[in-house]
Amino acid sequence: MINQFAVTVRKEGDYAVLYTDGYVNNLGGEKIGEAAMALIGEGVKKLVINMEKSTVINSIGISILIEVIEKIQEIEGSLVFCGLTKTIAKTFTIMGLAQFAQIADDEASAVALLG
Amino acid sequence: MINKPGTAEFPKEINLTIPIIPDMEVAATQTAEAVARFMEFDSDQTDEVKHALIEACINAFEHSNSEEGKVYIKFVMRPEDLLVVIQDHGGGFDVSEVPQPDIHAKVAGTDTYKRGWGLMLIESLMDSVEILSGPQGTTLTMSKLRQRGGSQ
Repeated sequence: MINQFAVTVRKEGDYAVLYTDGYVNNLGGEKIGEAAMALIGEGVKKLVINMEKSTVINSIGISILIEVIEKIQEIEGSLVFCGLTKTIAKTFTIMGLAQFAQIADDEASAVALLG
Repeated sequence: MINKPGTAEFPKEINLTIPIIPDMEVAATQTAEAVARFMEFDSDQTDEVKHALIEACINAFEHSNSEEGKVYIKFVMRPEDLLVVIQDHGGGFDVSEVPQPDIHAKVAGTDTYKRGWGLMLIESLMDSVEILSGPQGTTLTMSKLRQRGGSQ
């Protein structure tokens, strides 16, 4: 089974938005991680991860998102997730991710939360 | 004619065997979705069952060390709930030795292992979870109540 996962990036001002599309498993998580780390390497400290087109996720993919959160904490940046399904938002809350990264309903609200 | 929930024909069962191949858990969720639809679960309940099933399958894929390379899934549709049984014939594990993940340690980097969330998520997303594990394999039984008007 081929996982058709894609990440696209939109940079604007001092922040960037990562758009995910597909199942966030180990490969999907790695692609998000690579894109986020590349942006951080370029000096971007404010990130939004828009998961509107990712309705299924697993804990391996989330574990890679934790690495991104760890890096964002390290550089004192900010990260906001948006477009989450109710179950994915619940999963992030259960795991405690919501203590380190905010969750917004939509992209405009997420960008506003970046500060 | 297909009997709907609450009729005398319940319970109904669906058995599915999936090979231990990356992403095959997604195939299992397609069956879960069809079963949940038949059970008249709402979209949130359905999503929770699917995500719990994904975690249960991944645990079996990664930790069972099953020589036959298969995971057996049974959906039992009952009037009051949906029972999902995930079974492997691997080496089993000691449930009491599964550490509770700590997000603070993982984000701070004091715990470099970022994973280990599967069982916690299954227990949080489902209404009941029971695990029986031994040298003959592991059986995880989880249920979702047929609550009307959305999940908790």
